[in-house]
Amino acid sequence: MKGTNLGEFEELVLLTIAALVNEAYSVSICDELERQTKRPVKLGVVHSVLNRLEEKALVKSKLGEATQTRGGKRKRYYAITAAGKAGLLRSKEVRDELWNMIPEFSLKRI
Amino acid sequence: MKKREDTAPPKWATRLLCWYCNPKLLEDLQGDLNEYFERNIKSKGIRRAKLIYVIDVFKFLRLYTVRKPEIVNLLINWIMLGSYIKTSGRNIVRNKLFSTINIVGLAISMSVGLFMIGILSDMLSYDKFHENRDRIYRVISRLEYKGDRSSNFTSTTSLKAAKAISETISGIEDIAILRRGFGGDLKFREKVIPLDGYWANPSMFKVFSFKLIHGSPATALKEPFSIVLTEKSAKKLFGDEEALGKTVIFNKGGEYTVTGVLEDIPTLSHINFDMLGSLSTREVIAKNDKDEMTWDHILTTWAYALLPPNANQENLKASLNQLSTKEDRSLKDTHIELALQPMTEIMIGQELDNQMRPVLGKLWLRIFMALAFVVIISACFNYTNLSIARSLSRRREVGIRKVIGALKSQVIGQFVIEAIIISLCALAVAHLLFLLLRPSFLNIQQGIQELFHLELSFAIIFYSIVFAIAVGVAAGIFPALFFSRINATQVFRNFLGHGSKKLTFRKALIVFQYSISIIFVTFTVIIYGQYKHYIAFDLGFKTDNVLNISLQGNSTEILKKELSELPEVKGISQSLMLTGLGNAYGTIIKNPTNPKDSANVWYNYVDENYLPLLEHKLLAGHNFTARTDSLETDVIVNLRLLKRFNIAPQNPAKAIDEIINVDHKDLHVIGVIRDFHYGGDVNKSEEVVLRYANKNAKWLNVKIQPVDPLATYSKIESIWKKHDTIHPFEAKYYHLQIAENYSGMRALIKVAGFLAFLAICIASMGLLGMVVYTTETRLKEISIRKVMGATEINLIFLMGRGFLLLLVVAGCIGLPITYLFFEKIFFRSANHAPIYMSDLLMGVSAISILAIVMIGSQTLKVARSSPSEVLKND
Repeated sequence: MKGTNLGEFEELVLLTIAALVNEAYSVSICDELERQTKRPVKLGVVHSVLNRLEEKALVKSKLGEATQTRGGKRKRYYAITAAGKAGLLRSKEVRDELWNMIPEFSLKRI
Repeated sequence: MKKREDTAPPKWATRLLCWYCNPKLLEDLQGDLNEYFERNIKSKGIRRAKLIYVIDVFKFLRLYTVRKPEIVNLLINWIMLGSYIKTSGRNIVRNKLFSTINIVGLAISMSVGLFMIGILSDMLSYDKFHENRDRIYRVISRLEYKGDRSSNFTSTTSLKAAKAISETISGIEDIAILRRGFGGDLKFREKVIPLDGYWANPSMFKVFSFKLIHGSPATALKEPFSIVLTEKSAKKLFGDEEALGKTVIFNKGGEYTVTGVLEDIPTLSHINFDMLGSLSTREVIAKNDKDEMTWDHILTTWAYALLPPNANQENLKASLNQLSTKEDRSLKDTHIELALQPMTEIMIGQELDNQMRPVLGKLWLRIFMALAFVVIISACFNYTNLSIARSLSRRREVGIRKVIGALKSQVIGQFVIEAIIISLCALAVAHLLFLLLRPSFLNIQQGIQELFHLELSFAIIFYSIVFAIAVGVAAGIFPALFFSRINATQVFRNFLGHGSKKLTFRKALIVFQYSISIIFVTFTVIIYGQYKHYIAFDLGFKTDNVLNISLQGNSTEILKKELSELPEVKGISQSLMLTGLGNAYGTIIKNPTNPKDSANVWYNYVDENYLPLLEHKLLAGHNFTARTDSLETDVIVNLRLLKRFNIAPQNPAKAIDEIINVDHKDLHVIGVIRDFHYGGDVNKSEEVVLRYANKNAKWLNVKIQPVDPLATYSKIESIWKKHDTIHPFEAKYYHLQIAENYSGMRALIKVAGFLAFLAICIASMGLLGMVVYTTETRLKEISIRKVMGATEINLIFLMGRGFLLLLVVAGCIGLPITYLFFEKIFFRSANHAPIYMSDLLMGVSAISILAIVMIGSQTLKVARSSPSEVLKND
């Protein structure tokens, strides 16, 4: 079992899944990330991250209904698990703590 | 429809994705790609979108997306194997006609393949017993006269070169030298045995792995007048006595001491001999022979160099070139090129002149392989054709299998296994055929028995099984792919559509088979015509009822006397050689009318009875007169020689008493004869001089009464046996010898004829299968037509039309190919019989008649069937 530590991109993907709620599938995650980060996001990268997150049991997935688009192929919707939520919270805590440690003046002078 | 095609992602890329992708991930991955693709069409245009799609498919090829080999599937396949074999067995038994056609067709072609495997394995096992096999190289040489580079390499070199290489060139471990010409009769006490062999140097035993049973390898061939015998010849000469140290008398001079006995030489060795004489002997006996060590005597000696491991071939070649340049100075206008040929390529490599023994050569090996391949492919086509044709009856089976859950790969597996089973059955039959045909194949031509053995060893059986499986896969893969694509839902909708595409595929296969058959048949017919043409060719002399006896060193006088007492013998003459068989004795003669000109002229020594006995036609002058002294004063020339030297070409009578200098002797022309064929090649006519033979004869030509030639032959043989107890009687009728001279062609006729027969058999069976199948499936249609009032003739015409058209197409392909082959490749020489249109048509009509009989009989059967019988079940 790999560590439950989140990489930067993994965290972003996980957050996006949480943010998109019921509409989180690979393409929409991709689009949302692109919109938020203002940088091109490759589908292949997102796919492999999703795969990794699922392996780490941070997300779970299920197939949706077939539609006329996408050549009749079903979408795979992702949802965040309890472990995923815990992971996100922990990394947010770490950040918050670090933020809190920064004396106000040290940022101001930059 | 077309528009949708255009906006779909590239099919092959999708297929690739489906192939490699883990099925769990496949669906949404594919969906994502599609979504992006649709988006890209809008934003970037169709072409860019397709490109991106393809790139993405490759990009997704990652460790986590790739499908893991499914052990379960393999396991299922393994379990299903039993079921496949069972269904295949049932199918084979159910369709007896089709199974027989397939098995027999494949068996026939496989027997050809077995011959091929046997030949190849024999060829590759040659000289395998030499431990240094991979490091032994033969020195080959080529003589270039005045820069003419067209001459062929000979497998020999000069004794001079062999010795020079061993002395001067570094980077060669050792060199074995075998010089020709050590053959004759060995005498021990009262026993005389004729044996054949080579002069060899002591390195012989270092380079090669011939094993000495007695004697030391280092010294056996060292001293002059040493002789090494094989076990077999030692046994012949000494019986059970110890051979080592015994002295034997050689009939060509000298007493030799036996210094070694060799284990008998394995049969698959390109070097073969009864005995070896020490090469140092030649330094004694040929001391005064000027020619012994000349640089251009490249036909005398075989030299085998043993190279160290990892030898640098280029350096060696450079040193050989250096040697050539140095030694070329002793000659005028002549360059001799030396090269090295690996021992492994001697039997199957480039064709060289002056081989130690006949070899197969690359060309023939390739021709054989190509022919075998064509025949096998033809039989595979039968299988493919019939299996696809019968697909109707198997569709349901495949459909049910698919509905139950069979994968594509499993359906493919099933049909390939079925083909392999059939092909293994065929292999068993092919082995029987092989054993049956082996003796006749080995007897097709003299020399083939020495070249091949074609024993059925375990290795060959193993290879043949591998071969059968390969044939099975080749034959079965197309039907298997065809069945695997069957759509289960369509099968059960009673879908009977024959795609027109598949039909043309099958038609193409039939056309191919028939074209091959037509090519083989016409080839055989034409070659046979050529053979007849050559045999019946006017040689310029008569060979009927002439028995040629090889003198083998016997004196002529006693034999002649006794033979002439036989009442059957009409005349006896003697000659040095037999003309018209391809042998030649040549010398160079100066033009008496122009001292600057000289020409190569062939000669024969004959006696005064020779010309009348062989009915040579004297144009002017007279025949030789009998004489007993050994003085040579007269010569008879042919017309061509007069023309060549421009001596009274218009009037031969004027040439009489001209003087020609032959081998430093001034000879009077006493007669002029009509041109005749001296050598074996009927395309050439040569300048010939006939000289008077007293002691030079090697043959007796005996003209006999044409009554009971066999009895006469045995009578003459018994006379021979009285005088010569050592040598077996060697005699043959002249016309048979001439025919034998073309035995290569005769062998070709037999092989081509046999292959033609096979090709026709296979093609006919294929056609028969197709006709039976077509008529059976159209039975209902025929019956309905009949009810509606069609006549039998109409029906036969209706059904046979399509097949006949195929035959015509095959003829249109096959005939021009054969014609072009002969015109462009085979008949580059001037003298050949023309290709008769009738010959070509004969082959085609023979095949057509066969095909028409088959088509006719089957269609007639159907056309005669009673419609009420057929239709009452529906």
